[in-house]
Formats: sequence, structure tokens, C-alpha cells
Amino acid sequence: MLKQYETVFIATPVLSEAQMKEAVAKYLSFIKDNGGEVVYDEDWGLRQLAYPIQHKSTGFYHLIQFQAEPTLVEVLETQYHRDEKIIRFLTVSLDKDAAAYAEKRRANKAAKAAAPAQEAQPAASEETENVENEAPQADEAAENDANSEN
Amino acid sequence: MAQTNSFNNKNGIRYLNPPTLEVRKKKYCRFKKAGIKYIDYKDPEFLKKFLNEQGKILPRRITGTSLKFQRKVAQAVKRARSLALLPYVTDLMK
Repeated sequence: MLKQYETVFIATPVLSEAQMKEAVAKYLSFIKDNGGEVVYDEDWGLRQLAYPIQHKSTGFYHLIQFQAEPTLVEVLETQYHRDEKIIRFLTVSLDKDAAAYAEKRRANKAAKAAAPAQEAQPAASEETENVENEAPQADEAAENDANSEN
Repeated sequence: MAQTNSFNNKNGIRYLNPPTLEVRKKKYCRFKKAGIKYIDYKDPEFLKKFLNEQGKILPRRITGTSLKFQRKVAQAVKRARSLALLPYVTDLMK
């Protein structure tokens, strides 16, 4: 019985672009080779860390969503542990609501990536790399009064 | 003569100033209201609404979140912290 999973890992910023791609490709193929099925993967690029990890203040984030047997997760995390390039990782299983959200998020991303590509060709490549999603689930009006009351 | 004193209340007590009644708006759970079922740990900007300046999770009595979703908020914040999307401790986050 395949389950939905989602894993985020942070690679060290000392890697070059090519090394980073190589590392991502390694994990993608690792999941595929072990009977998993990669649904989606997303590069967040070099991000500022909220606190230093291993004396580093930035890192390459990468998100992979996949379907696999539960036994794969353990093997995957062992791989992460052994890999010096990976400074932090998190794997979570997606339940029904989370899977629905993930699907919606993918659709949003796809729509966003498609829209600026038509508008402005030169800026398109940078637009698609934008990591921050603008809180798609939240209604902005509700947030303000909830906070201002106390 | 028909002028009604607006400061006169039903009991006949007269106030010099209009009594300041504190009308408190009822708090509500924004997740229930907006029909949000899953809280994403990958969106630190959204999660910051549930943190105080030191990066601590705000209690339900302040945010109005229902218990069910408070647990999910806490889970999401903790995941975001472990991925260095949010700090564990900080000063003046906002």
C-alpha cells in the first residue's frame, strides 16, 4: 500500500550549482529505484536559515513529494544521515487533507509559473524561482482583527 | 420638551458622561471560518501570525484558534523550526 510522503532537505551552501543538481538527482533516482514514485519536486534555491546550522547561515532547500511504501522512508533517512552535504532534513507523511493541500499548491505553482512566462519573457525565469507563496489558504481580513484584540 | 436625554438609562440613573461599555468582539477560529483543513509548515510568513516577538507560540486565548487547529498550528510551527524556516528563540521577530 503506497503512502504519500513529502520530504524537505537542506544542503550545505558550499556546494556549486552542479553539485546541488547532482545531489537532488541522486535522491530522486534513489526514491525511484526503491519502488517509490516521485510526484513532484521543487527547488527553493539558496535561503537564509533562521538560525545557524553547522556554522552555516544559508542553505539550499529542496522539496520532494513522493508515493512509496513506508519502509522506504527509513532507508531514505539513513541516506540523509550518511550524506555530509545534507545538513537538515524532514520527512512527513501526508494525510488526506495534506494531500489535498499539496495538490492545490502544485496547481497554484503551475498556474503562477505559466502566467508570468506569457507576460514577460526575460523576467520569467526569475519569477518561477520565487519561493514564498502568498498564504494561499488564509483570508487576510480575518487575521488582522484576531491579532489586534488582545 | 420632548428632548430625551441620551445619558438617561432605564433605571433612572443619570451619567454625566456616556458610560463606556467595552464591547468585546467575539473571537473565532479562523481555520474553521475559512474552512482550512491543513496548516502548511512550509509557509513561515503565515505561521508568524501565531508567534509572539520571541518566536513563542501564542496561546489560544489570544488567537481564538480552536483546540483542534491549535494542535495543528503547534505541529506546523515545530516542523518549520526544525527546518530553520522559523527560529526557536529570537528577539524582535516582527
